[in-house]
Amino acid sequence: MIEAFVSFAPGWARDHAAPLAVAIPMLCSTLGVFLPNGRLAWFLSILATGASLLMALVLMGLVQNEGIVSYAMGGWEPPAGIEFRIDALNAMIILLVTAIAFLAAVFSWPTVNAEIREEKQNLFYSAYLVCVTGLVGVSSTGDAFNLFVFLEISSIATYVLVALGARRDRRALPAAFNYLVMGTLGATFYVIGVGFLFAATGTLNMNDFSQMIPQLTDSRTVQAGFAFIIVGLGLKAAMWPLHQWLPGAYNYAPSFVTTFLAATATKVALYALIRYLFTVFKPDFSFELASFGLIFMPLAAAAMLVCSFQAVFQSDVRRTLAYSSVAQVGYMLLGVSLATAAGLTAGLFHLVNHALMKGGLFMAVAGVVLTYQGTRVYDFAGLGRSAPWTMTAFAICALSLIGVPLTAGFQSKIALLAAVFANGWWWAAALIVFSSVLAVLYMGRILEAVFFQAPANPRKQRKEAPLLLLIPLWILALANIWIGIDPAPVFDLADDASAAVFTTGGAR
Amino acid sequence: MSALFTAVNPGFLLLLTGLIGGLLPVKPLRQGLMILAPVLGIIMLTQAPRDLDLATGQALGLELVLYRVDSLNFLFGLAFLVAAFLHAIYALHNDDRMHDGAAMFYAGTAVSASFAGDLVSLFIFWELTAVASVFLVLRARTRAAYNAGMRYLVVQVLSGVLFLDGIAYVYKKTGSLDLSAFGSLDAPGAKYILLAVAIKAAFPLLHNWVQDAYPKATVVGGVVLSAFTTKLAVLMLARLYPGLDMLVWIGVLMAVFPIFFAILEDDLRRVLAYGLNSQIGFMVCAVGLGDLSTRLGQMALNAAAAHAFVHIIFSSLLFMSIGAVLYRTGTAKASKLGGLYRRMPFTALFGLVGAAAIAAVPMFSGYVAMSQITSTVAQAGPVMAWLGLVFASAGVWVHSGLKVPYTAFFGRDRGHRVAEAPFNMLLAMGIAAAISILAGLPVASGFGYGWLYSLLPFPDHAAGFRPYSAGQVIAQLQLLVAGIAAFMLLRRFGLYPGERAGTVLDTDWIYRRLAYNLAVWAHAVSEKAGPAILAAFGAVSARAYDRIEAAFSPRGVLSRGPLTGGMAIWTAALLGFALLLAFITVN
Repeated sequence: MIEAFVSFAPGWARDHAAPLAVAIPMLCSTLGVFLPNGRLAWFLSILATGASLLMALVLMGLVQNEGIVSYAMGGWEPPAGIEFRIDALNAMIILLVTAIAFLAAVFSWPTVNAEIREEKQNLFYSAYLVCVTGLVGVSSTGDAFNLFVFLEISSIATYVLVALGARRDRRALPAAFNYLVMGTLGATFYVIGVGFLFAATGTLNMNDFSQMIPQLTDSRTVQAGFAFIIVGLGLKAAMWPLHQWLPGAYNYAPSFVTTFLAATATKVALYALIRYLFTVFKPDFSFELASFGLIFMPLAAAAMLVCSFQAVFQSDVRRTLAYSSVAQVGYMLLGVSLATAAGLTAGLFHLVNHALMKGGLFMAVAGVVLTYQGTRVYDFAGLGRSAPWTMTAFAICALSLIGVPLTAGFQSKIALLAAVFANGWWWAAALIVFSSVLAVLYMGRILEAVFFQAPANPRKQRKEAPLLLLIPLWILALANIWIGIDPAPVFDLADDASAAVFTTGGAR
Repeated sequence: MSALFTAVNPGFLLLLTGLIGGLLPVKPLRQGLMILAPVLGIIMLTQAPRDLDLATGQALGLELVLYRVDSLNFLFGLAFLVAAFLHAIYALHNDDRMHDGAAMFYAGTAVSASFAGDLVSLFIFWELTAVASVFLVLRARTRAAYNAGMRYLVVQVLSGVLFLDGIAYVYKKTGSLDLSAFGSLDAPGAKYILLAVAIKAAFPLLHNWVQDAYPKATVVGGVVLSAFTTKLAVLMLARLYPGLDMLVWIGVLMAVFPIFFAILEDDLRRVLAYGLNSQIGFMVCAVGLGDLSTRLGQMALNAAAAHAFVHIIFSSLLFMSIGAVLYRTGTAKASKLGGLYRRMPFTALFGLVGAAAIAAVPMFSGYVAMSQITSTVAQAGPVMAWLGLVFASAGVWVHSGLKVPYTAFFGRDRGHRVAEAPFNMLLAMGIAAAISILAGLPVASGFGYGWLYSLLPFPDHAAGFRPYSAGQVIAQLQLLVAGIAAFMLLRRFGLYPGERAGTVLDTDWIYRRLAYNLAVWAHAVSEKAGPAILAAFGAVSARAYDRIEAAFSPRGVLSRGPLTGGMAIWTAALLGFALLLAFITVN
């Protein structure tokens, strides 16, 4: 299907797909500032993210047909110039980010209109497009410093977006401030690490890194760079216990922002982490192996356990989902920390599936915020009757999060279990199952309120979320079921991505 | 028309009629269909060529043979169709479309199953017999019937599941679903399928469902049930396990042991159910000798088939006569019946014909089949088996041949002032009695036993068998006279167990009473101990919950403290650890 799509793409799109996927939202974001009202900005954001999505599809097709796509920015050849370097791993991430960005943009209008003041709506969309630019840029670039720049672009836009939730809840401001401090800390660590690597190798191109570093593993500078980079990116990816910015930010941001961030921001940071762990550094370095066994694996296990427990006790649905996100990051990191191709495949597969299920869940919550202005579990009571379509999609995504068979979550958990067993980590398998039981508790609690309790507020009549919101929501819900029944297409993407870093990673 | 005639399994016609009948409220139309369908079925069957796959189908990539007639199943199918016809007439007085539909559907499943040409289509109809027949038990609408029906369904479905297991095993190992003999018990799947068939054939210790469910069914239902399931199982035994030695002894045991229960039992329908069980034993024994490679084995199979055919008819006849009594008087207990021959003379007459047939009195159909079995066993089987069968035939004579008619129609008059059975019942019984007599008449060709013998799987061998040789007749008459003498003497001296109202315990007592009471006792104990255990568990889990909540909830330890500062410390600590690790591991 993608091959056919690529063959129809015009020549300029094929030649410049990689920069265009970043440049279109970037240029449109400046354009958005000058638009007279929010509605036009909304259209613009749909166009920009849609175009970006098309470019991502072209990129995916090119990568599948021709292998690695390398684009020299401005005609400056790497390693001196900035390189955009797309292989199966980041083609998948770009596709995921742009697809979610597009769906989020489509559904955003009713909730943005309700939650953001009118004069700020076009600026809000500009910030959103900047954020998309940054995320796609992080996923595309092959230059370590350029990655930092894109990371900061997306983060700064995100701080703004989170802070705009202050109209609904003033606690958005401290949450955004926390996020700003912590995010800056993470970015700083990252850039310090890149500095160390630059000092050791004299280049900023990640491909160059990967060729030079294997000879420099004894260098203290490289080792220090490694430590800074994994901690910096780990913070951005909400690796436990560096996740504490996340619940507040997700909880108080405007609903639309939460939806978008939950499905993309941590995923992109995790991608960058995987890029460093498997391409720049190699999983067979002794210090990296030690960090897998003593940092990533224990922290992943702790995240799965502690944050699942925390999710059980939250009284706010969005906070429950936020803690659950940290726990799910634990699943992905567990797969990564196996340092095997199967483990990485499972981690990436879960990454995609989690974006689909969390995106759906937060979209449904956005629908509820829109109609009933409440996000406590108590506010959700009886919604199964007054908003059946919204809540059915919510339930599908929730079941997927739990990992019920015939849903995407089940497939990725099975893949993860298989990878874990192949490594002989039976205790990790037990942990996955136990954490899934906790997921049954925290999601079951919400579902019980939704479908089996009487409405807390008897005035709640039939109030479905608007159609504009229901369509992307159901697309995500059905995607969960579709992957649950036929995991092959997405699993193959993840498998290709993992194979790309494992086979070519050493050869390049 | 004739092509269609031979291409459709007559069972399907019955199934369709059953479905339509279940929905058709117009009584005359429905009952007309019910009578017409089996007749049409018999015509279709007689037109069908032998040993050809007449109808095939495909499902799930498996080749199904839906209709295949050969010399063995022809006789069984014919008997089933005749029985369905008789039952339809017998049910005419009754306006119950559910019952009519279920009975016809049940007959249809049995006929379809007997003509199925592969294991999978056989399995489908095998399961359907269970489902269709249970309605005939439930339709009695009593609490006992409901419970018995549920037990019946469980056992029948268990048989189906075992059968399916066996099929899966066979298919996995051999890749073929042919309905062919297993050769030995070591063949893949043979044991599973044997167990499945054993349940349906009511082998000893697997027999309880017969005596449990049949007497609790409706008047007509009891008659219908008696005809199909067990005989279908005999057909499958003959098809899949001919000549399996084990079956000889199982058959003898099966023929002998129900006699004691039958003599003691008070409920006459239960007596007949035990009698039926014993009769199946004769057939199983004959199948056990039916090694197809020898002449005697072929004769044994002949004997089993002949006995199944005549048994379906006379057993229906007996159940019909006691059913008529039950219908008129409201009871089938020997202790409450007697002297009915004045009030129901025709019923009594037909009942006597049935009794004579089941007891193998010469000139009746039972004799021409039974003599084949005893003669084959005498020639090919162990002496003990022969003795066992002779004892069993004497027993049959005593309980079904003498006790049933004596206690119901003669004996002490218990004062039932009832009318003769309805005409349709008499008609059905009359036809069954006529067949039971005609098939036993000493005429070697045309009608009489010659007609029956010409239908057997190996007609040449059958034609050579002379049931009415002087020796055989005299031996049988001696047996009968001795039986009468024993019965009379026992009654005269009051030694015969009287018809006391009571329950005869069978092996199902073990699970229906002992195991049940044990379960009740365990429940009582757990009800006492349960709260204590629950309280202890509750205390432990409440403490654990408190601990967990203290750690993880929004008020808990993990959520306290200045957020940014705390996290910055965490970050620094992690960085320190990562640096340390990187430095240590390299050197």
